[in-house]
Amino acid sequence: MENQAQVYSHKDFESDQENRWCPGCGDKAVLNALHRALPLLDHKKEDYVFISGIGCSSRFPYYMNTYGFHTIHGRAAAISTGTKLANPKLSVWEVTGDGDALAIGGNHFIQTLRRNVDINILLFNNEIYGLTKGQFSPTSEKGTVTKSSPHGTIDRPFYPGELAIGCRATFFARVVDVLPKKMTDVFVQADSHRGASLVEILQNCVIFNDKVFANITDKEVRDDAMLWVEHGKPMLFGTDLKKGLILNGLKLEIAEIGKNGITEKDILVHDAHCDDNTLHNMLASLKRPEFPVVFGVIRDVVEPTFDHGVLSQIEEVTKASTINSMDELLVSGETWEIK
Amino acid sequence: MSTAKTQELDKVVIKFAGDSGDGMQLTGSQFTDTSALLGNDLATFPDYPAEIRAPQGTTFGVSGFQVHIGNVEINTPGDIADVLIAMNAAALKVNLTAIRGGATIIVDIDNFKHKDLEKAHFDSDPLEDGTLDGYNVIEAPITTLTREVLKDSGLDGKSVLRCKNMFALGIVYWMFNRPLEYTEHFLDTKFIKNPDVANANKKVLVAGYHYAETIEVLASNFVIPPAQIERGVYRNIMGNQATAWGLLAASEKSGRKLFLGSYPITPATDILHELSKYKQFGAKIVQAEDEIAGICIAIGASFAGSLAVTTTSGPGLALKSEAIGLAIMAELPLVIVNVQRGGPSTGLPTKTEQADLIQAVYGRNGESPAIVMAASTPSDCFDFAFMAAKISVEHMTPVILLTDGYLGNGSEPWKIPNMKSLPDITPPILKEGVKDWEPYERDAERMARLWALPGTPGYEHRIGGLEKDFLTGDVSYVPENHEKMVRMREEKVQHVANFIPELEVYGKHEGDLLVVGWGGTYGSLRTAVSQMGTANIAHAHFNYIKPLPKNTLEVFGRYSKIVVCELNLGQFTKYLRGIFPEITFMQYNKIQGLPFTTDELTTKFKEIIAQ
Repeated sequence: MENQAQVYSHKDFESDQENRWCPGCGDKAVLNALHRALPLLDHKKEDYVFISGIGCSSRFPYYMNTYGFHTIHGRAAAISTGTKLANPKLSVWEVTGDGDALAIGGNHFIQTLRRNVDINILLFNNEIYGLTKGQFSPTSEKGTVTKSSPHGTIDRPFYPGELAIGCRATFFARVVDVLPKKMTDVFVQADSHRGASLVEILQNCVIFNDKVFANITDKEVRDDAMLWVEHGKPMLFGTDLKKGLILNGLKLEIAEIGKNGITEKDILVHDAHCDDNTLHNMLASLKRPEFPVVFGVIRDVVEPTFDHGVLSQIEEVTKASTINSMDELLVSGETWEIK
Repeated sequence: MSTAKTQELDKVVIKFAGDSGDGMQLTGSQFTDTSALLGNDLATFPDYPAEIRAPQGTTFGVSGFQVHIGNVEINTPGDIADVLIAMNAAALKVNLTAIRGGATIIVDIDNFKHKDLEKAHFDSDPLEDGTLDGYNVIEAPITTLTREVLKDSGLDGKSVLRCKNMFALGIVYWMFNRPLEYTEHFLDTKFIKNPDVANANKKVLVAGYHYAETIEVLASNFVIPPAQIERGVYRNIMGNQATAWGLLAASEKSGRKLFLGSYPITPATDILHELSKYKQFGAKIVQAEDEIAGICIAIGASFAGSLAVTTTSGPGLALKSEAIGLAIMAELPLVIVNVQRGGPSTGLPTKTEQADLIQAVYGRNGESPAIVMAASTPSDCFDFAFMAAKISVEHMTPVILLTDGYLGNGSEPWKIPNMKSLPDITPPILKEGVKDWEPYERDAERMARLWALPGTPGYEHRIGGLEKDFLTGDVSYVPENHEKMVRMREEKVQHVANFIPELEVYGKHEGDLLVVGWGGTYGSLRTAVSQMGTANIAHAHFNYIKPLPKNTLEVFGRYSKIVVCELNLGQFTKYLRGIFPEITFMQYNKIQGLPFTTDELTTKFKEIIAQ
């Protein structure tokens, strides 16, 4: 944000710590994508702070050569809030997982989005607990068989996008670990958004939930399974981008260009900046196999941020205040003198 | 013209009691402020129900305000009242056991009708059945007379009734020869936008005063001459307000902006309210979504360089335990204020107790030493909040400050300090441009690491809850390093003993009995010890719990018997026994949600000395 004289390369953000993630872990791709995103941004290196909770993904700060704080389970959103408010000049990134943010830290997650604190939240969603060695998480699909659900889960999952939009989040994007360039691009957009930016990263856990997103990411199905949205562009997908979304009443439907008289003009154009979040919620909720999964920046709207509100209240109160030092406060109101 | 005489008194305890909506807190504070202006020493305690608007006339809806004034040193709000103002039957009912034999009881006779007595669970009329034999009962038709005074005021019935507390106050002002000017001025200011209401209240106040004078409610009225008080400018201050101001003062002194992360909880919420008023000092206040978020937001702010504080009461401290451990591990400054209340669980939210000491000292996973301090009077909440902040930032580790509901809601006159008279606070902030710095290198004296703030170029580093290497702060699972770090964190807390005052005793330098207390029992213990006459007795009061003052053992050695008095089952006793196994500690405990009374203490002390 400040005038930046220095040009950084991805190497400037790589730490000397040995990477302890499993070979093939999707987290590494995210780390690389972020190392490449930061030099594209407008912050000084010393202004970056990475704050994480507990879980595999929460090791992230150790691999960033920036200020970092590896905190306690579920609380990274609250700690990030404090850091950002204390020094709004900082670029604060919360790194969290589906267990950390949506189970133990669910309250802080929703409240931080509601308040619209100007931080970036990277939510690594692998639909499993990795660090505790393979229990289901709040995003595991119903029926998921794990060590703690040998007969399949019976609870219904959260879909982070729906939850976030329900909290009136001002920025929601979805990316996937297998497409690093797209990740880098979305991270840059998340940073430029003023307010809480939530990026859900579908991330493969090779050990405990391998191929959970294969029905989206496999090369054979990818074109039909992913719809990348971009503000102002029609929402097209499929090989040769011949399929698109249309609205039929209050339902999204898939239409094929060239069939039933459908032309590109009939396809819905993505409006990420629309205040009304109804369509954003519908997009965030689309699921395989009936629909493609929507990726990219689904919602990006401008609303006052919490940190700005805190600062401007301080400014207003200071202007109007007649008591401006402790000595003045101490003798304010009723006092008497013993002579 | 009245023929009543005036008698001089040393001290008196007055209790104002009525329905929650009767304005008893305001009435009591007015009497307090007027007495303070006349130079009396005093202490007060409000006693109000947990219910916000309990049904009218019921015993659980009674709100009380007790004030103890004197021309002698006053350390407590008083055990039992010499004068009770009971605005209804329920107020009399709940206070019957809290008044001295022979006390003066002023009742609003208009609220002692059959229905009122029934609601208060009186089987028969206490004014007639002998219940009040031996008391000096003044039956005043307060409600009727208030209506009469205001019949032409144009105020509606409800507003008229709201003035009746001023009638009662007028009576008490006459009884104790207090001028009305202060309260008249207060009413003018309070109702500046509503002069009709101000005038009505003033009229009723004067009417009450004249009523007392005319009917000569007492054969003589009283005067309590000014106390011998140190010269200076004074104000009344409540404990929670003093805590808030102490933190603000520490912020100004240290140059670190105050940052409060807090969740409302009785009886700590007033600190949040108070700090929320002073944004002009740059204080950032977040009312968080829960207790855990409150402390975590504060920890995040501490990482970024703020003077970070979280305020709570017992159940909230339990929720914050894990995060306190994080601050200890990350070696970040943080002040945790626990305004203790009766426990366990939800317990007695509006009553006082000292049962969180063990929780504060030990209540975390792993070896996680925190500095623990305790305030002992409403006004010294200022000093200890200031010291908690100073020690926390200078030693780079969390401090838990224990106060309690009795201190937090109590008030007393306070000689206003000058900011210049307060000690400096020097946070160990790492200045730009230092080479060869390591995140966990520490100074020999305090063993504090340096505070390297995000935003400072060149010091990018990572901290966290995993065990750290002794020097680099990198994650380390090396067995020897873990033991070294565990010992270091404990030693770091013990080093604080070199920076705190030694323990002083009140009374005999050596002798038969040392009365030991900590925190909010100071007033009761000091008063009781001072009333022990020629006994070979002394009082030692602890404000520093962990670490203890360095001369503690030496002090203990000077007395043949030691009794530790606490409002719990003996938590400080247990703690002291662990540290000084060679010393025999007797204990005296009370767990009723109430403070000690002077009588029960002096009786106990005499018994111990006689043994």
